[in-house]
Amino acid sequence: MNREDFPMLDSNIIYFDNSATTLKPKRVIEKMEEYYQKHTSNIHRGEYDAAEKTNQLYDQVREIVADFIHCQKDEVVYTSGTTMSINMVVFGYMRKHLKRGDEVLLSKAEHASNILPWIKLQEEIGIKLTYAPLDENYHLSLEAIQKCVTEKTKVISLAQVTNVTGDVRDVRKIGEFCQEKGILFHVDGAQSVPHMKVDFEESHMDFLSFSGHKMCGPTGVGILVGKKDLLEEMEPILYGGGMNASFEADSSYELKKAPTKLEAGTPPIAEIIGLGEAILYLKEIGIENIERQEGKLSEYFLSKIKDIPNIILYGENKESGIFAWNIEGVFAQDAAAYLNHYHICVRAGNHCAKLLKDILPVKNTVRVSFYFYNTLEEIDQLIEVLKNSKDIFKIVL
Amino acid sequence: MDSNVRREIILENYQDPMNRGLIDDDTYLKVNTNSESCIDNLDFQIKIEDNTIKDIRFDGEACAISTSATSIMIQRLIGKTVEEVKNILKNYQNMIEDKEYDKDVLGELIVYEEINKQPNRIHCALIPSIAVQEILSKIEGNKVEYGENN
Repeated sequence: MNREDFPMLDSNIIYFDNSATTLKPKRVIEKMEEYYQKHTSNIHRGEYDAAEKTNQLYDQVREIVADFIHCQKDEVVYTSGTTMSINMVVFGYMRKHLKRGDEVLLSKAEHASNILPWIKLQEEIGIKLTYAPLDENYHLSLEAIQKCVTEKTKVISLAQVTNVTGDVRDVRKIGEFCQEKGILFHVDGAQSVPHMKVDFEESHMDFLSFSGHKMCGPTGVGILVGKKDLLEEMEPILYGGGMNASFEADSSYELKKAPTKLEAGTPPIAEIIGLGEAILYLKEIGIENIERQEGKLSEYFLSKIKDIPNIILYGENKESGIFAWNIEGVFAQDAAAYLNHYHICVRAGNHCAKLLKDILPVKNTVRVSFYFYNTLEEIDQLIEVLKNSKDIFKIVL
Repeated sequence: MDSNVRREIILENYQDPMNRGLIDDDTYLKVNTNSESCIDNLDFQIKIEDNTIKDIRFDGEACAISTSATSIMIQRLIGKTVEEVKNILKNYQNMIEDKEYDKDVLGELIVYEEINKQPNRIHCALIPSIAVQEILSKIEGNKVEYGENN
């Protein structure tokens, strides 16, 4: 679908590394270029035409995001990416609101950015981290979560879709459960928001984090969505221009309201405008069409890869487009180098989910991850190359 | 070097590497390469006595290039003095980085002379030399920054 929109696809590559970052459509690149070439200016209080245009585009993106994931406009905070968003939740909100002995429920399939900040907070204030168990298909069910929750559980923080085995969590049910129990629910949406309909309000999320560059947008920009009252209680991690109402020589100061108080300094303006354009682009294609196309690709990939005897597949979650596997007896990095020889772009390693080694039988895997512009023919080519992998060392050495 | 011969040497050292497996012996100095990359994770043990490398052992998960390079490097370094080792490492790094180097001191390590044509494998080939250098600098009490340009 829509392959002609992506200049990178002119270069004859098969791009299966969409969980790391997606390709950028021409119109997103052009929208950012337009800012640099036609109306470069800073936001806030520039009383001239270019600045007015920039302000208008910049503000509009909050509405575009709010409409896309179903929240209020003033619940949308611009950040530098998912990592920054989660760090703001942990160090801006949780550090103030949690106390020693409070429990935070995670899983071992989480990305580093949804574990390491919590480990640091544990070191600082003595919270307790609990890891909910995954089943044999590396899936985390609501029942498994419920068994781990105690009266001390104050937060559940999970990826909606995990970035190695592509497990899709039922955030709606988990959100309802959290609401019943009075548990704060943070969702890492980095691998879900670009690929499926995500509804902040209906899923009773308290916080949602995601990145622009994994959804056809530029790097350097992301979003934190937070319930309005929680954002007001959140402490800024950064202080400076744009976020204060006043400050005096006697050290008194007053901050603006959220989300502005959480956005100190000049933001990545071109990137925020680019993210808005990316979301409009995805909406035009239709998120349900994206989901359907990825479903087709995943089903096809699973049906084909199972025929290759020396491929070890870790999990079969066809609801997402993310698959981790290895060629038997071949180190993941060598397999990725082999595929690169055929211009097939994949990722090898632990994919920043370093606790997954406690669960997976292996530390490093090859990962393919699809997006709507991938095709069944590309999967055929991958399968063909993998079938011939007995010659792998002739190629990589 | 003929590419079939080169591949054979690398493959042999990958599939049956020299001195794989660590031993429980305090006289060895230990270093791990995990912080150098997110994927290769090799532990090295080196025993130095009388200014001479007596033994090097290693273990862990790594790709064909770094595993074979480690195996060949171990064979090249055992029995050499610290000064000779430094000279070998310097010439090896120069070769990997496509700078001038003395072929004669490298032995079979020259199988990696064309690795710079695959820039994403350069780091893999450098892993054993980074590990040995780190141990040497530990001994000398100098903290040395390592990277592909050093």
